[in-house]
Amino acid sequence: MTTLLEVKNVSKQFGKDTKALSNVTFSVKEGEFVSVIGPSGAGKSTLLRCINRMVDASSGEIIFDDAYVHQLNKKELKKVRTKIGMIFQHYNLVNRLSVIENTLHGRLGYKSTLAGALGLYSEDEKLQAARILQILGLEEQIYKRSDQLSGGQKQRVGIARALIQDPKLLLCDEPIASLDPNSSKIIMDHLRNICTSMGITVVVNLHQVDVALKYSDRIIGVNSGKVVFDGTAKSITSNDIHQIYGSDEGKLIFDLGGSHVS
Amino acid sequence: MSADVFAKKRRNSLLLLLIVGVATIVSIIITEYNMAKGFTSVPKAVQWALSNFYPTKDSLAKLPDILVKLKETLLISIAATTVAAVLAFIFAVLGSNTTKVNRFFGSISRGIAIIFRNIDVSVWSMVLLFSFGQSSFTGYFALFFGSFGFLTRAFIETIDEVSGSSVEALQATGANYLTVISQSVIPSTIPQMISWVLFMIETNIRNATLVGLLTGSGIGFTFNLYYKSLNYDIASLVVITIIISILCIEFISNYVRRVIL
Repeated sequence: MTTLLEVKNVSKQFGKDTKALSNVTFSVKEGEFVSVIGPSGAGKSTLLRCINRMVDASSGEIIFDDAYVHQLNKKELKKVRTKIGMIFQHYNLVNRLSVIENTLHGRLGYKSTLAGALGLYSEDEKLQAARILQILGLEEQIYKRSDQLSGGQKQRVGIARALIQDPKLLLCDEPIASLDPNSSKIIMDHLRNICTSMGITVVVNLHQVDVALKYSDRIIGVNSGKVVFDGTAKSITSNDIHQIYGSDEGKLIFDLGGSHVS
Repeated sequence: MSADVFAKKRRNSLLLLLIVGVATIVSIIITEYNMAKGFTSVPKAVQWALSNFYPTKDSLAKLPDILVKLKETLLISIAATTVAAVLAFIFAVLGSNTTKVNRFFGSISRGIAIIFRNIDVSVWSMVLLFSFGQSSFTGYFALFFGSFGFLTRAFIETIDEVSGSSVEALQATGANYLTVISQSVIPSTIPQMISWVLFMIETNIRNATLVGLLTGSGIGFTFNLYYKSLNYDIASLVVITIIISILCIEFISNYVRRVIL
């Protein structure tokens, strides 16, 4: 499998003495499902946003699909961003617009200023949006306003908006942190399914260790802006997890391979 | 330890109350304002208003003239507000932290808005009187400048509060600047913005009376004319028409708010 994303020695400094990331290096292969775990404030969100340059890294290289993302000018960056879908903890929908309008927003990166500003979508795009919403089980909600949906449904609209971009990579920033266990499972199942059946690479920030272990091919552990673990979900030991969270043995709740380990 | 915190809070509140009290007393002494006399003259004022300040049958003859002036004032207030709102929106987009193009333009547009906001409409009307003279232009621009400053500020806060998250999402899809504004900022902020514009129209109709008085145009001028010529009955009719029209506008804007929000 070819490498889709390479992050090399990326550092990010906020202000004078807040270092969010220091020398982060890892790579992601095409079609992989990678979870980034680590304590709150470890720099997971910053790391994800450095990949599509929603946040500019202070130093280091980011290579996505043979493009040197850190060197791109504005226009080229927009083009790269169309190939990277993003999913947010708080869904980031335009609440007053309908589900299908929010979904079609994923096409805006492909449009000229005029067509984008006026929101002109082709018949094909509308049909595709309807098709994606159907796959995600939202066919009944298509014309509803987004603020009438439940959290889980909103997140599925978020996924639809990312999918209609026809992306190669999905970046998911805490996609289930505000959802109940049932909705969380639906969302994670959809993400896993997108990865397996559509071949889209998924990088997801997670708080729930169990979920990360269950769904991912690979785990990247981040603590204080540094990568402290990088390996398959199967090979991770409880010791590794304690190291990622900087906690003592027996102080964490998680489930490693069926039996309760602490 | 925690008891100290509460004691300190109580002390601070007491101190604040004391300062306000002293300031009031000092200013009363300095301005030689006689409180007892002030309050006892209220009944006298009411008595005067009841015996002089009401419309009579004869004053009704002037109603058509008054209504013409009132209509002019209303239209000027609405026109000044709506045009100011369009300009304010552009400045707000440039000045908001969520949507600013860069820091330079951000500070400039916020700076301009601050200047316009902090000069009162009465000052604007006096200043503009020199350039435009006694015409409805003066009133129009006085209201326009005041509304522009205020609305820019209100719009900036609305944009920052409401559309931050969806702006981020659309930028992440690779959409360009104008697309993000028209597809995310406008749809998410439009109800609040309309609400602010309606509020501004109400305020401006009230201000228009004052501005008219100062610049010699519109309904304010009509009031001043009859009041100064001791036609209190007609002056009171003017006041009543103003109150009725403001109530109507308030009723309409409350209705619109209910529907859009």
